[in-house]
Amino acid sequence: MKTDPSCRYSTEHEWLRVEGEEGVIGITDYAQDQLSDVVYVELPEVGETFQRGQVFATVESVKAASDVYMPVSGRILEINEALEDSPEWVNQDPYGKAWFVRIAILDPSEVDDLMDAPAYEAFIEGLH
Amino acid sequence: MKAEFGVRCSGAEPLIYELSKPGRTATTLPALDVPEAELPPPSLLREPDRLDLPEVSELDLVRHYVRLSQLNWAIDIGFYPLGSCTMKYNPKVNEAAARLPGFAYTHPYQDVHTVQGNLMVMHVLQEMLREIGGFAAVTLQPSAGAHGELTGVLMMRAYHLDRGENQRTRIIVPDSAHGTNPATTAMVGLEVVEVPSDERGNIDLEALRAVCDDSVCGLMLTNPNTLGLFEERLAEVMELIHGCGGLVYGDGANFNALMGIARPGELGFDVMHFNLHKTFSTPHGGGGPGAGAVGAVEKLAPFLPGPIVYLSRCEEVGCPRAADPEEAEEEATFFHLVTPLKSIGRVKAFYGNFAILLRAYTYMRMLGAEGLRRVSEMAVLNANYLKSQVRDILPISHDRTHMHEFVAKGIIPEAPDVRALDIAKRLIDYGFHPPTNYFPLIVPEALMIEPTETESKETLDAFAAALRSIREEALTDPAVLHEAPHTAPVRRLDEVRAARQPVLRWQP
Amino acid sequence: MSYLPHTDADRAAMLAAIGVDRVEDLFHDVPAACRFPALDLPPPASEMEVLDELLSMSEENLDVQHYPCFLGAGAYHHYVPRVVDHLISRSEFYTAYTPYQPEISQGTLQSIFEYQSMICALTGMEVANASHYDGATATAEAVNMAVNVARGRRRRVILSPAVHPEYRAVVRTYTQGMNLEIVGDEDLTADLKDLLAWLDERTACLIVQSPNFFGQIEDLEGLADRVHAVGAMLVVVTYPISLGLLRPPGEYGADIVVGEGQSLGNGLNFGGPYLGFFACREKDVRKMAGRLVGQTVDAEGKRGFVLTLATREQHIRREKATSNICTNQALCALAAAIYLAALGKTGLRKLAELCYHKAHYAAARIDALEGYQLVGDRPFFNEFVVRCPAPVPAINDYLLDEWGIIGGYDLGKDYPHLQDHMLLCVTEVIRREEIEALADGLQEAAQAVRQN
Repeated sequence: MKTDPSCRYSTEHEWLRVEGEEGVIGITDYAQDQLSDVVYVELPEVGETFQRGQVFATVESVKAASDVYMPVSGRILEINEALEDSPEWVNQDPYGKAWFVRIAILDPSEVDDLMDAPAYEAFIEGLH
Repeated sequence: MKAEFGVRCSGAEPLIYELSKPGRTATTLPALDVPEAELPPPSLLREPDRLDLPEVSELDLVRHYVRLSQLNWAIDIGFYPLGSCTMKYNPKVNEAAARLPGFAYTHPYQDVHTVQGNLMVMHVLQEMLREIGGFAAVTLQPSAGAHGELTGVLMMRAYHLDRGENQRTRIIVPDSAHGTNPATTAMVGLEVVEVPSDERGNIDLEALRAVCDDSVCGLMLTNPNTLGLFEERLAEVMELIHGCGGLVYGDGANFNALMGIARPGELGFDVMHFNLHKTFSTPHGGGGPGAGAVGAVEKLAPFLPGPIVYLSRCEEVGCPRAADPEEAEEEATFFHLVTPLKSIGRVKAFYGNFAILLRAYTYMRMLGAEGLRRVSEMAVLNANYLKSQVRDILPISHDRTHMHEFVAKGIIPEAPDVRALDIAKRLIDYGFHPPTNYFPLIVPEALMIEPTETESKETLDAFAAALRSIREEALTDPAVLHEAPHTAPVRRLDEVRAARQPVLRWQP
Repeated sequence: MSYLPHTDADRAAMLAAIGVDRVEDLFHDVPAACRFPALDLPPPASEMEVLDELLSMSEENLDVQHYPCFLGAGAYHHYVPRVVDHLISRSEFYTAYTPYQPEISQGTLQSIFEYQSMICALTGMEVANASHYDGATATAEAVNMAVNVARGRRRRVILSPAVHPEYRAVVRTYTQGMNLEIVGDEDLTADLKDLLAWLDERTACLIVQSPNFFGQIEDLEGLADRVHAVGAMLVVVTYPISLGLLRPPGEYGADIVVGEGQSLGNGLNFGGPYLGFFACREKDVRKMAGRLVGQTVDAEGKRGFVLTLATREQHIRREKATSNICTNQALCALAAAIYLAALGKTGLRKLAELCYHKAHYAAARIDALEGYQLVGDRPFFNEFVVRCPAPVPAINDYLLDEWGIIGGYDLGKDYPHLQDHMLLCVTEVIRREEIEALADGLQEAAQAVRQN
């Protein structure tokens, strides 16, 4: 499973890339592999605010719909509308083209609770 | 033994639109026998050419749909052991009954005096279901099982609200339940509390006890459950729920195991739906229409959706049209439509899927009490017998005495790449409809098998033999399973493509 | 007779294989006190006897083949070409289940795909599902969908009082736990203009019916713009036969179009089973409830059809599903598709015109009678409202007893301001002589009732 050293990770398999006071969120390579072929991503609306741990998006394969949780509290600044037409990017490029949302991070201290790449790799290892 | 699928295996019937040619028609209409009226202004009218309907001759039409039909599997073709769906034989007399013109050509808003025959059928059916279910009253209005669930949970909610217990907002659902149970709960605006099953396939009593308090509206319970098992500690489950003031909803999807065996009303269920299209032999129609009558005990009966058919004596209700004494004599009794006092309201227009009710009525009248009990006994015998034949081919989930169905696991340890899906698809090549797969969710690689009572020992033996042969193939030639089916009109279909780029209608 | 194949020898062999002595032993989990109750049911009878019994009960009814019937109000007597029943009676269609195994269900799947295409054509919409239980539940599901599209943030539903009273009742039943505000029809005389006054940012949808319950064609021009301006959805309930002649709701910008599809090749059957058709815009399809069939290809690249976008549904999403619905009315939808294909583009237009002209002839005949008056200033399709000189039940009794005619619908039952108003419906099955008889009967009824 691939990880991206520039990201932090949640136990629910979301990644967060911190860029100043903002953050970009997506799901991990492990998550997309578990889901198999992604056919649809439902994203929130710009301007909505979510607490850490709240569901902000849903990602669907043919036979499953999985919730995506906020790794940190934030306000939605931008959504990746291109995912609507190209859900397969989630499988092909989970850390790049398939970002889900850009947020304003509300509580920077929450970032510290997330795992770094090696810790996340160890976490996945522990799941098997 | 490889099945020849239907008479045409080539598949690929064109769309009816692709058969269309302007100027053709398959219908004749009577000539206009009144003067023409002025049409509404053009702004209200469809542009005559803008209506994309096919234009075909009657022969084209018939051939198209006959060919399409030949691409289907059906009960009348062969074994259809789809768990939880009760694919029993649909008697042909039912079809004749439903098509009697005196029934079929009645309008739902005719005066009740002109449809006493319809109301009598409905009333007798209500009474028969009431008796077999052990309930105080029955409504025939809901159109399907899920529709019955919606009805029942709305009634439970209304019952608590009527007693001022507004805090009862939680519905308990076992993890083995059909998806309709939690979906229904959410539709009614209540909260789902899921409880696990124990190692014997029963609802986990300790987990249940932990969530029983005065916030519980009720429990939705399928019994026998989706593992095909009767709740071994049903009385304790009932005590727990009723003890905390909750109600118990019965999902009657599996009632084919219980006719004349036990009455849900006596087992403690407060409200339950019957699937007339499963238990009472009305056809599934490729996905509907069905009918989902709902029975309720005394305290919930006032909340049933109306109208319900009541039988009254004329001196009680007046029988308004019987002015002349001779007629009054004839109409000493009278069926009429009444909405219960505290009804949740109607759940569909009119009175229910009447033509389906007629089929269920016919079935119950032909079988009687003994025949119906025999049905359930043989349904259970068939399931347990088939399980005894499958046990050394595939692992059985929760292997104790089953009711009308059982769940096998599509797991062959020596062939780890083979999945339940592969076994299911390979069964098609052997001339069988696959069992339900990947449900219930709590069994990995589930193959849920419900033979029903109308299948013979020979058919069950042949099915077991096919499974045995598929197991052999899994060990020697797993590719033949992965690529199955080989003899169906089409090969495995690309569901990812269908969902990513939905094509949901024909476009010129 | 229980349709059972088991011989005594079979039973013995099967019990031995299971390892129990008697069938009764398989039920030891059932509490003993409740086991094997004696059931008081009518004794079983042979096929011949049961059919005889049913035949005589059916003859207790007066049916519309023998008594000209001017009832409509949501259930319509149209002629169903014989080919429809012939084809839906094929075992391969009616004894199949929901097409879960697409490789051996292409017949059902393709026929639903064709049905979806025809409903889109008829309504002027982009997507139609495989159907709902009936027009009333389809309307309730439209409310559910509109609330979901607004992600639950809009809780007001504006309901025209000219929507079928039973549909409005079902909307209320379905939504009683959803914490919605349903407005618009507490004033049963409200017109479209009055309804627009309710529109605001809290509104999830406005529901109108056209032709409405009174048969009148509503003026939908510009309505969608008004509704969209506040971010709400326009739901239009319609009568599909009328769409052979009338501009479809999709062309007026409707977001959801629903209705009762019974009139498309399904018999009256005393109210069911019927067919709720449901169509929407492509952008909203993932919030739509109900089965959907999509086109795809098989492993060899050949065209095929599957159930698709299933993640909306209860079996996957459980408490987060768009609805609890599983079944559709597949066989009724099949009948509708065969019927529409039989009529075709020009046939449906001709049929709609027949209904229109006959209804207008009947309306003019009745309007000319002393004491009767045609009510309403909107154009109508094939149903119209008549003010009567006496209570509707009395007139209907007279029509039935003296003329053998089943009269119209008593609007006073649902609309107190419409006491003595009758809703009459005329379709192609009504002959001119029957219209003349109705007019003569009404005239006589007025005199007879006055004399009493």
